[in-house]
Amino acid sequence: MTKQITAWIQAAPMALVLLAFLVAPIVMIVIVSFWGATEYSIYPAFQFDNYQFLFGSPVTYTVFFNTLKYALITWALTLGIGFTVAYFLAFEVRSLKWQIALFLICTIPFWTSNIIRMISWIPFLGRNGLANSTLISWGVIDAPLEWLLFSDFSVILAFVHLYTLFMVVPIFNSMMRIDGSLIEAAKDGGATAWQTLCHVIIPLCKPGIMIGTIFVTTLVMGDFITVRFMSGSQRANVGRLISNDISLLQYPSASATAVVLLVTVLIVIGLLLRLVDIRKEL
Amino acid sequence: MEHRSRSFYVLGAFFALFVLFLYGPILTIGILSFQGPQGGLTFPMNGVSLHWFRDLFQEQAVGDIWGSFRRSFALGLMVMVTTVVVSVLGGLAFRKRFQGATVLFYLAIASLVIPSILVSLGVGLIFNQLGLPVHWASSGFGSQLTWTLPFGLLIMFAVFNRFDKSFEEAARDQGATAWQTFAYVVLPIIAPSLLGVALFGFTLSYDEFARTLLTSGSYNTLPLEIFGMTTNVTTPVIFALGTLTTIFSFCIIGVFFLAVWLMSRRRDNSSDAGKGMV
Repeated sequence: MTKQITAWIQAAPMALVLLAFLVAPIVMIVIVSFWGATEYSIYPAFQFDNYQFLFGSPVTYTVFFNTLKYALITWALTLGIGFTVAYFLAFEVRSLKWQIALFLICTIPFWTSNIIRMISWIPFLGRNGLANSTLISWGVIDAPLEWLLFSDFSVILAFVHLYTLFMVVPIFNSMMRIDGSLIEAAKDGGATAWQTLCHVIIPLCKPGIMIGTIFVTTLVMGDFITVRFMSGSQRANVGRLISNDISLLQYPSASATAVVLLVTVLIVIGLLLRLVDIRKEL
Repeated sequence: MEHRSRSFYVLGAFFALFVLFLYGPILTIGILSFQGPQGGLTFPMNGVSLHWFRDLFQEQAVGDIWGSFRRSFALGLMVMVTTVVVSVLGGLAFRKRFQGATVLFYLAIASLVIPSILVSLGVGLIFNQLGLPVHWASSGFGSQLTWTLPFGLLIMFAVFNRFDKSFEEAARDQGATAWQTFAYVVLPIIAPSLLGVALFGFTLSYDEFARTLLTSGSYNTLPLEIFGMTTNVTTPVIFALGTLTTIFSFCIIGVFFLAVWLMSRRRDNSSDAGKGMV
């Protein structure tokens, strides 16, 4: 057996799974987005009704704007927090043992249930929750804040809570690869800590920042459950538009929205990759 | 003690706050799940009891929790084993360059960034149109693999990038067949990393929601069951369930770390391989 054939056989299971459960479903969604639907069934057709309806409705634009807003704000917050945490782990913690231990503390929640992690905010943010009662007892506010739960605030809080990890891991990874002598050289050259950060560390972390950015933006843009749960169904994003159509059995319309969402996500990734040439950075 | 700069303390405090932010909420529901029978979803505690945990174990009290737990557990194991096997094979394939490698790599990356609901919707549509029933063990299983396999493959990349090829060459020079080289040389070396892949496979499957939503059929997995509860259960029983399943997740994570630790310790103690070279 030649090497080439062995490699093909070894790669085949992965290729088959991805073809069957990734490529085929996407193709199917694109096809169905041109189909028609009655109240209880869908039928094959080739019509642009779903897209016409989608682009003709002002709701669509509001919801897409909302989705991008969530993505942008979450991105900025996760980047700030994630970078700071990774910096602390990589440069301030000096023994490898502690670095690994603290890093694991940051990653363990990733292996637990997202839904439970969302639910666990409720006793904290609710009208009579911990945050409100603490603030009242400190005399900061007189009446409970209404915008803590079931608002944009709680949605973004949950996103940051769930996804900051996706920034910490790749940025930490980039930082650990930075040659210590580069930082020493900067110091010897008379750079302040701030200058070292801006001109040495951040540029060298670009690949990690990029990977984290792609993860966070795509996860937030594709989300529907966090928005639904944390906003108490009072806010909408594209994912919720899709899942609402699905619950009404309007699969063609859901598919058309899904296609537009996919294209949007791909455009965002394309733009990100243009901003930083990832191949040059690797 | 060595002197630390002020930035260490500032950043350290920031890190501590971050950890509190990560774990605070889950600790809160951990405490609240011990509410007394009259207690509500928030503080104050109305007595302390195991009432809500007892509720979980009474069959009719809340949905089909134990059935969904069994299904999630079984599905997690299926996904775990498949992810390990397929990722190792994939990793081996990528070490030899093959035609189509780039396409497969980008497919795997695409699998990570494509919104989960699209996978769920597409797989559901295909099964419907083919007249196949959706079931957690068929369509749900496949959909979850699109999330776990890319992680497995990326871990295998990291593993094989650091792999010292001279071990294999030595085995081959001694006359080992390709299979023997893999089974007795490569596999034992990469084994701890495979536990990592297994951990990803199991936990990501056990907690997956979006990809199973439209593909699991009439029998819910645990995350789906919990989500259903959030809309109609208004007692701390949901906190009790959340606490239990989080403890379960922590145990699983602990078991994996313990296994990795034991494995590396046994290797350090039992083998003198390589020591003569120093």
